[in-house]
Amino acid sequence: MKGMTLIVKRITQLMAPSIFLLGIYVVFHGHLTPGGGFAGGVLIAGSFTLLVLAYGSDEMRSEVRKWRATFFESFGIFIFWFIALLGLIQGSYLFLNIIQKGRPFHLFSAGIIPLCNIAIGIEVAAALFAIFITLAVLRIGEKL
Amino acid sequence: MLMTALILLIVLMILGAIVALESKDLLSGIISLGIVGFALTIIFLILQAPDLAIVQIIIETLTLIILIAAILKTTRTDTEEEFGTKKVFIWLCGFAFIVIFFLAAMKAFQHMPEFGSKTLRMARTYIDSGLSRTGAANLVAAVILDFRGYDTLGEATVLFTSVAGVVAVLRKVGRKRK
Repeated sequence: MKGMTLIVKRITQLMAPSIFLLGIYVVFHGHLTPGGGFAGGVLIAGSFTLLVLAYGSDEMRSEVRKWRATFFESFGIFIFWFIALLGLIQGSYLFLNIIQKGRPFHLFSAGIIPLCNIAIGIEVAAALFAIFITLAVLRIGEKL
Repeated sequence: MLMTALILLIVLMILGAIVALESKDLLSGIISLGIVGFALTIIFLILQAPDLAIVQIIIETLTLIILIAAILKTTRTDTEEEFGTKKVFIWLCGFAFIVIFFLAAMKAFQHMPEFGSKTLRMARTYIDSGLSRTGAANLVAAVILDFRGYDTLGEATVLFTSVAGVVAVLRKVGRKRK
């Protein structure tokens, strides 16, 4: 897949970081505003997908391998299971909210819910991006 | 007013789906398939479900981009339909399915609660005590990550497993280049 024209590349350079930041915002404010781990994760994956589409897979092949999509996917699901199991480790039930809930309507509130959102965000972003680069970028027998 | 807008949007969705099925050009088929997703986004917004609307619009855009990339690389024309006894059989099967579906739906819709009314008693509990028991201002986050945390855990695990399967299968075969 070849890259697109210079106009598309320049606009992508401006847009992709903004989309990435919006995704991070949606993930971090998942317990306050609409959105959450899933929506923010898809936004982050979309920003990376935009970069690969604009610059072409031939140019991005070596870059894509450095981003370690499968590692971050496993990392996200591991963190999520770990947070879920923290309640069991404490001797109570799964998904116990072990952190102080804090004041509502503030960024640091709601206990484990923001942490779960961050874990889901990492996992979904890496998973969708891994599917995309497996379909569009990698060649036969190439490892991710 | 609300019902009129909903019905108009649903008719638009059905028309888009029919165009997507019938068009010979696959690119225009995919674009008219996008009508279904984006009209669904507007429906979610009208029904005051912004969480779902955000996810729907992003997923729709991503899948449209991936499908268009696939179309531009492979072929743009639809394959010819088959004729003869096979086609008659397919038409008969489709007609029988529609008749059975309508009969079952007639039975089922008689017992449906009215549109917009609450069906679950649990919903009232979530709305009343969600903020005080979880501390999350967004009630959707409170439900999916606290009250129904097991579901989200299973969903994330399913996503992880499916992506692991996709990567494992496609890495061996891969795409044929040159």
